[in-house]
Amino acid sequence: MSAARPAELRVVRAGPLTTVQDLGRPGHAHLGVPRSGALDPPAFLLANRLVGNAAGAAALETTVGGCALRAGRPVVVAVTGAPCPVRVDGRPAAWGAPVRVPAGALLDVGAATLGLRSYVAVAGGVAVDPVLGSRSTDLLSGLGPRPLADGDALPVGPAQNGSRAADPQPYPAPGGELVLPVVPGPRDDWFTPDAPHTLATGDWRVSPASNRIGLRTLGPALTRARTDELPSEGMVLGAIQVPPDGRPVVFLADHPTTGGYPVIGVVPETSLPAAAQSPPGTRIRFVPVRAPVLG
Amino acid sequence: MSPAIRVLPAGLSSVLVEVADADQAVALHAELVRRRAAGELPGVTEIVPAARTVLVSGVADPRSFAAAVDRWEVPAVPGRPGAAVELPVRFDGPDLADVAALWRTTDSEVVRIVTTTPMQVAFCGFAPGFGYLTGLPPELRVPRRATPRTGVPAGSVGLAGPYAGVYPRASPGGWQILGTTDAPLWDAGRDPAALLAPGTAVRFVAVR
Repeated sequence: MSAARPAELRVVRAGPLTTVQDLGRPGHAHLGVPRSGALDPPAFLLANRLVGNAAGAAALETTVGGCALRAGRPVVVAVTGAPCPVRVDGRPAAWGAPVRVPAGALLDVGAATLGLRSYVAVAGGVAVDPVLGSRSTDLLSGLGPRPLADGDALPVGPAQNGSRAADPQPYPAPGGELVLPVVPGPRDDWFTPDAPHTLATGDWRVSPASNRIGLRTLGPALTRARTDELPSEGMVLGAIQVPPDGRPVVFLADHPTTGGYPVIGVVPETSLPAAAQSPPGTRIRFVPVRAPVLG
Repeated sequence: MSPAIRVLPAGLSSVLVEVADADQAVALHAELVRRRAAGELPGVTEIVPAARTVLVSGVADPRSFAAAVDRWEVPAVPGRPGAAVELPVRFDGPDLADVAALWRTTDSEVVRIVTTTPMQVAFCGFAPGFGYLTGLPPELRVPRRATPRTGVPAGSVGLAGPYAGVYPRASPGGWQILGTTDAPLWDAGRDPAALLAPGTAVRFVAVR
């Protein structure tokens, strides 16, 4: 491409934290590589469907403050996830529906009015170079492209010929209370007998220290029955790890692959998109569910 | 399988298999990888060994998996001294003297021990391509540094607890640093990206 041509997407306002995300790089955890990928997969997949992309095409994940992009050629985009105002050259455009952005026009994805993370898909997908099969930015290990910065140029892949964009679909807004089912284990026996009760009944809130690695909590401390050191062990997505301060951390997509603090329980993956959309201060209710019986 | 395995739930579709030690974890990891390659573990997405566990994700029926793994005969991983990855190391690290003091010996004896001990990657973690190497005898465990360094250079070779390891890239860290290697431990553009994977045999070689 000649240097004189305008970038296909130019980042005019990167926002507080905007990253490239796709379905991540699962299958490499044994090498210490986190899964990464979109924190709210249903919203991410809907954005791709709306612009006629394959499910795994890379899109942008914004955080709280949105972002603004100038199109170097005509593109079709869709914004999903956290609801927010969408404007093209200052004119209101649809959220949760395909939007045409003419060449030279400015797409402005505004601040989230509910939830935290909006997804901006573009027909053809964000075409940065993949790393281990994924274009996702992994904020723990630094794999993939760095977070967007003002002035960045983003390549866009060719829109798929013959693919048909999906119709707009109703999408449930994030709720007021975060309900997280908890499957006990694998290390629930490392805690005092009152810990499950404290987890189920405590006044828990989402901590402002939460990020793509984990949803941190504010609330009563869970106390350990065993104080010896847990040898490092594999960590699953949704694991509720309890560090020495006793406040549980729910692991999200960029979580470390191994860890040395005990996991009291695991939140099923289907409940994690809501966790990723819950702003600091949101009340959390942990609901114990039955663990698989293994013997 | 050996008498002492426990299978613990880790959510609805993962299990944590706990074994006696690092060698058994390496052996079980190799067996799981073999069985997956043979098509016996459909749906399994991750097999993650660690200090004395192997995490298996993507298990459709954890109960029957737990019953099956309990019946497996898991062969010990055979030593393959010829296949070891050799890592050339300049032993000029800032903690060499401290480790010599902890081991009640000399700097050159530390180098001799580290370069003559056959090691093996027990598991990876902390960063992409960071391998936890076992092989040193238990009496040579060393504590982490009381105050972690804010920046440890890429290629730093260190010890912590029962493990040796090499930092694939610069990061904060509390390991006792013995020296530096130029070996490319991680290159995301290379296949395989990681020089060290679980089960890889490793030998340190002293260079100037």
